[in-house]
Formats: sequence, C-alpha cells, structure tokens
Amino acid sequence: MGLISNRSIFSAFFSFPPLIYQLAFFVFPLFFLLVLSFWSVKFYRVQPDFTFSNWLYIFEKGYFWKSYGWTFSLAAMTSIIASVIAFPASYYISFKLSENIKRIVLLSLIVPFFTSYLVRIYSWQVFLNDNGIINAALDYIGVGAVAMINTKLGSVIGYLTLSLPLVILLQVFSLSNIDRNLVEAAHNLKCSPLKTIFLVVIPAARVGLVLAALFCFILSFGDFVSPIYLGGATTQTLSILIIDLSKAGQQWPRAAVVAITMIVTLLATTFLALRFAYKGKS
Amino acid sequence: MNARLNNSLLCLYLLIILGFIFSPIIASFIFSFNADRFPSLPLGEFSVKWYEAVNEDADVWAGFYRTLTVGVSVAMVSTFLGFCAAYTDYRYSFTGKSVYLALALLPPTVPLIIMGLAMLFFLSRVDLSGGTHSVIISHVVMCTPFAMALIRLRLSQMDPDLESAAWNLGASQWGAMRFVIFPFCLPAIVSSLLITMAVSFDEFAVAWFVSGLNETLPVRILSFLQGQVSPRINAIGSVVFMLSMMLVIAANIILMRNSSKKTTEE
Repeated sequence: MGLISNRSIFSAFFSFPPLIYQLAFFVFPLFFLLVLSFWSVKFYRVQPDFTFSNWLYIFEKGYFWKSYGWTFSLAAMTSIIASVIAFPASYYISFKLSENIKRIVLLSLIVPFFTSYLVRIYSWQVFLNDNGIINAALDYIGVGAVAMINTKLGSVIGYLTLSLPLVILLQVFSLSNIDRNLVEAAHNLKCSPLKTIFLVVIPAARVGLVLAALFCFILSFGDFVSPIYLGGATTQTLSILIIDLSKAGQQWPRAAVVAITMIVTLLATTFLALRFAYKGKS
Repeated sequence: MNARLNNSLLCLYLLIILGFIFSPIIASFIFSFNADRFPSLPLGEFSVKWYEAVNEDADVWAGFYRTLTVGVSVAMVSTFLGFCAAYTDYRYSFTGKSVYLALALLPPTVPLIIMGLAMLFFLSRVDLSGGTHSVIISHVVMCTPFAMALIRLRLSQMDPDLESAAWNLGASQWGAMRFVIFPFCLPAIVSSLLITMAVSFDEFAVAWFVSGLNETLPVRILSFLQGQVSPRINAIGSVVFMLSMMLVIAANIILMRNSSKKTTEE
C-alpha cells in the first residue's frame, strides 16, 4: 500500500505540473476568448452576456471579409513562394553538400531565430525605402525608383524573412530522410535528374514539404509586424484588425470574434494539409 | 561538365538565399556604427553614438533588467515543466497521452497576436495583468514546448534499462531519478535553460499585450519602431543579438560535448 501511494506520488509529481500549467494558462485563456466573443461592451467596459451581436457585427462588415481574403491569400501565396524558393537550396544542401559543410549551413539557418524579428524588419525598411539602399542601387544603374515599402511586396518580404529559414530546415530534414536507394535506382534506370526530382524525390518527401509550407502559412497568417511596418498597413490583415479592435477600440469581444475565426481557419487548413500530406500513406 | 555547371549554379543559388536571410541581420550590425540618422549608401562616418544614446536611455536599461528577470524566471520554470512533460512521455503510457502531448507541444503554433489577446484578457480577469509576472506567465506557456522537445530528445538517447537497473540495485524511484536520469539529462537541461531564455529575450508580441507599463526590451524596440526612424534600434538589436548568440552557442557546445560523451559511457 505504502509502495503504491509512493509510486503514484512520484508519477503525479512529474505528470501533473505541465498538465495543470498548460490547462490553466493555455487552454483556459483560449477557451475564455471564445466565451468573451459572446460578451458585450457597455460604456467601454466588457460585461458578461450571451449575445451573438459581436459575431453578426463582424460577419456583416465588408472590410472584415476583405481582410480575411487578403490575409488568407497573402499567407497562402507566401507559403507557395517560400516552398518554391527554398526547394533548390534544400535539395542542394541535402544531396550535394558534405556532412561538415551541411552542418555549418544548418547551424547558420538556426541563427535567425535568435535575432530580433523586429530588428530585421527595421533593417528591411532601410533596404526597401523609397530612397533606401535598393532604390539607390537601381538609380545608380539608371533604373527608376520602384515602390517596395508600403506595398504587398513589402509584406511578403517580411513574411519570408520570418519563415524562409524554417521552411528550408524542414525541407532539408525531410529530404535527408529519403531512401537514397530510390534516387540511385531512378538514376540507374536512366531517369534524368530533373525527372527524378519530380517523380521520385518530391513524392517521397511529400509529408515534410507540406509540413514546411503549413508552418510558413501559420507564421504568415498570424504575423502583424510585416504588414504594418513593411506593408504600411495598406492591406489591413486580420492581425492588424485585432490590434485596432482591441488596443485602440476597446472592442474586446469583437477582437475575440476575429481571433476565433483565425484559429478555426488555421485548424481547418492544418487538417486539410495533413490529410493531403498523408493521403495514400497508411 | 553539365552536372558541374548545375552544381555551381545551385551553390550560387544557395548563397543568394543565405544572402536574403542574412542581409538584414548584417546590415543592422553595420548601420549601428553609422553616424547618419537616415541610413543609406554610401555609409557615413563611423560612430558609436547610437550605442551611447542607448546607454543613456533609462527606459532601455529598465527594459533590459525586466527582460533579464523575465528570461531567467521563464528559463527555470519552463525547463522544470518541460523536464516533467518529457519524463512523463518517456516513462509512462496512458490513455489520453496524445492529448497530453498536444497540450505540451501546441502553444508555438498559435499566432502570437491571439496568444497576446487571450492572455491579456484572461490575466486581467484574474488580476494578474500589467506586470513583469504577466510576461513570465505567458512566456512559460510558449517556452515549455521547446524545453520539452530538447529534454525528450536527450531521454531518447538513454538506455531504457539504465533506470530499471538502478531500481533492481535497490534505488528508490526518487533515487534513480536523482542519480541516473537527472545527471544523464543535465546537458539537455542546461541547454534548455539557455534556449528558453533566448526565446523569451526576443518575444515582443505577447509581452506587448500583457506587460502594460512595464515594458520589456523587445517591447521598447517595438515602440521605437512605431515612432520615428531611429538607428538606436540597430544598436539595441546588435547587443541583444550578441547576448542571444552567446546563449545559443553555449547551449550547442554543452549539447555537442555531451552527446559525444554518450558513446563512451555506454
């Protein structure tokens, strides 16, 4: 008896703290956000209530759907662009580099995660400004100025700054796990390198490639720094809408509606992406 | 010949991609020593005046100390929680384990802005918002998964018979934990402390929502960014970058040295 209770104390000591903490400070706040979306605001104060008015208010607004469309398509576009841009680099890293150089390149791809994203965005402003470095260079070779900051291009560059290293790392990881015999067999059967990539390598690495694109989508969909400081808030994304509603407008329940919509969208996207990734696999 | 040409093209391509990733980081470092207020090419004179401006800014120092307090507390709490979750996953199997693991690993996939909104509203309801402790509470949620992943990885390198051998030799569960599991995980624990601290150092979105008037350093950078152009951002960024990199490199060295030791132990 004493032994059993001692055992259960031991297991409880290790299993419960993370469970309790994440329930209290992760699950519960998110659940509370859902509850909040049914509350009301009176005299700038949030009050417990059960009303659908916030949902109706947000869903009736044309600007919400416009933001939704922009946020979704920008994030989707970024994840496609990032996947396509990253692939040749990931391919080169996983198949052509020696182990030592590969390790150095991978380590250097981890570095950006520990630099301030804000500082990098500020740095991009210096590059992309109307009289910034890139335009100075363009001017020097006789090409007129190109507007890059405060455009959608600016937002996408910011999103890529955030997600490209992660996309490459995940792609390299999945490419490195491919059975080399497959590639060799294709080669022996006189399959051209390009054909091998499309018919052998990409299908074999599909799960990892889809996951990489998915992470890029998640990061871009929720980011607010790039659309504000590089996109110039020309397109109001959902994250900017949340800031406007909550921090500036004190309309917390409406911000909660937008947030819940975002979470549902991300869950649905994740579900569809995973289904696509594992289609035909066990 | 064709293959070699292809390879050099791919190599060039990789360098361009790395250039895209690193140019903002390098540029920020270079411009932090540039005297001009509006950074542009050609570079102005070499100057450390932005570092001096940062050094004289009391808000920056206050933010720095707050960030440090938050980072150290977050590192300790989230590493403890991460260790508990990793050990639970390693040792036990039970119904609902996948839910347990999902709870332990999901937080980084929730957009920061939504975490910020949810944490602010929840914490203000239970009267915990607007302080340094609010940032600590929120960062622990986000950092625990990283700690868990690092320590779980180390546990998977351990011979599963090691713990039961200790029990057979008469060690209690606590004894085996203290003299077998914990020492084996120590390098991962140390690197988890450093990595979670580095993650917390750079987090600005949730901190911006919950910290109220008690701004941390990254939140201070955000308000610089909202204000006028100021190369002070570059100076702060370079200093914080050096600190984070020192933490990450230290974590890496500790991890690498001990994972090579693993083979000799067995």
